Amino acid sequence: MIGVQNVTKYYGQVCALDDVSFSVKSGEIVGLLGPNGSGKTTLMRILTGFFPATEGSVHVAGLDVATSSLEVRNRLGYLPENVVLYPDMSVRAFLHFCARVKTDGAAQRRANVERVLSECALEHMAHRYMGTLSKGYRQRVGLAQALLGNPEVLILDEPTVGLDPNQVIDIRELIKSLGGKVTILLSSHILHEVERICERVVIIDKGRILAEDTTDRLSERIQGAANVRVRASGPRLGMLNALRALETVAQVTEHDKQDGDGPEAAVFTVRSANQDIAQEIARTIIHNGWALHELSPVALDLESLFIRLTREEQKEAA
Amino acid sequence: MFANFWAVLNKELRSYFLSPFIYLISAVFLLLSGYYFYSDLVFYVQFGFGLNIMENFWQLIFTDLRLVIMLTVPFLTMRLFAEEKRLGTIELLLTYPMRDTDLFWGKFAACAIATLFMLSFTLIYPVLMFSLQPFAWTLVVPGYVGLVMLSLSFIACGLFISSLTDNTVVAGLGSLGTLLFFWILSWNDGATQFGLLNTIASVSMVTHFQSFALGIIDSKEIIFFLLFILFFSFLTLRSLETRQWKGRR
Repeated sequence: MIGVQNVTKYYGQVCALDDVSFSVKSGEIVGLLGPNGSGKTTLMRILTGFFPATEGSVHVAGLDVATSSLEVRNRLGYLPENVVLYPDMSVRAFLHFCARVKTDGAAQRRANVERVLSECALEHMAHRYMGTLSKGYRQRVGLAQALLGNPEVLILDEPTVGLDPNQVIDIRELIKSLGGKVTILLSSHILHEVERICERVVIIDKGRILAEDTTDRLSERIQGAANVRVRASGPRLGMLNALRALETVAQVTEHDKQDGDGPEAAVFTVRSANQDIAQEIARTIIHNGWALHELSPVALDLESLFIRLTREEQKEAA
Repeated sequence: MFANFWAVLNKELRSYFLSPFIYLISAVFLLLSGYYFYSDLVFYVQFGFGLNIMENFWQLIFTDLRLVIMLTVPFLTMRLFAEEKRLGTIELLLTYPMRDTDLFWGKFAACAIATLFMLSFTLIYPVLMFSLQPFAWTLVVPGYVGLVMLSLSFIACGLFISSLTDNTVVAGLGSLGTLLFFWILSWNDGATQFGLLNTIASVSMVTHFQSFALGIIDSKEIIFFLLFILFFSFLTLRSLETRQWKGRR
């Protein structure tokens, strides 16, 4: 349904996308995962025909975005990042405007608007001016306009950013409920977000694809790894070296001390491939006669996943 | 086929007439033009002589209204594209199944209607004058045709400048400056007789308006205004397209 072939995009001398290729099958929900500035928004703008790629080609529903832009846009719903809508327009008036552009026939248009209002749970907000809406409701209006015109493909740029946890769950459920009927490509910089919604993930960093896998297999790759926060008192360098000397420890980073950590204490984060590394750390510190204040697991974040993936790549290259 | 044009026109008209801004601008417009009407009338009552008092009076009124339109139209055009850019809604509009031309002409038509709304209140002057002293309507019809053509050319110019920036103040001042410059060029024939200034002065819509004020509808001038509007629509559409030029090899 979506095909991206060898897409490269330059802004002047800056390379935003470097030879990116992937595809999304019909009815699939695919997540585009990457840190800020990795090229996610650029890629989405190319897919929606906002601007063309420097090189390479992009197809949506079998149509080339560069040559049949209008036909593609007819089949596409797009939620841009940071939707800021017309502050002096009511939700319903705005959706009617979008529906006029996207669909024909007044009766169908009205039905369409009411449908997306209820799908996005916006009925009681329909009369409100968009300038008075909270971030969560604005995001829903953004999603509602994307859903108008029964698009075959949805491109959602950071659909849950800035929402409170309940709203995140609502939007997530809404997106999931569309899966199968609509092909969805959504971007996020939060791993767990993508894990919960998407069947497949494309990880992108600095304009290049790092990995492309199903969510399940990606989780497996992360499992068997642990991040542990250690706060202990003792000779700083001695502790650092002792932790680094442990088997299966990949990386030890030292943090700045915060108030209440104590004058002697030092704080480290230990990354390891061994899930039971905490026991070994405790044993080492106590064995050396140092004082152990804190030993807590830290959730694996996108950053550590990137580090792992980039490491894997380096190993492969070597 | 024109569905998208109507959609944009409808949206822009809503945003014009549901906000207090248009009424404020109209009030200022009517205050200024009302003063001109009053002072021109006083002038002709006191010093008017010769055979063509009415003709000279209307010529002066239209020349003065020209200036008031010049000062107010930039306030109507400034937000049309600049605000879409600032809000980021331009990204939505340009990814909707809609041609850029629908977007441009929809906004153009909405602004034209808002300007005509403002201008329509000045029709009270000829009606008032006619009730005091009947005169040939042919004296005012060309003037109004000219004012409408002039307004449309100002709008086209203002829309182009609004499409260049995401700052409404810059767009407003930019269009005001541009329009004033076209006007100022018509002041000193000596300085604009030769070279580049002569070329620019010859496309000044302000000078092309003059024959309308004199009570003549010249098809040559109508064509000039239409070409002027088309030229600026062309520039605006290219300006909207520039996003596609970045990173082209």
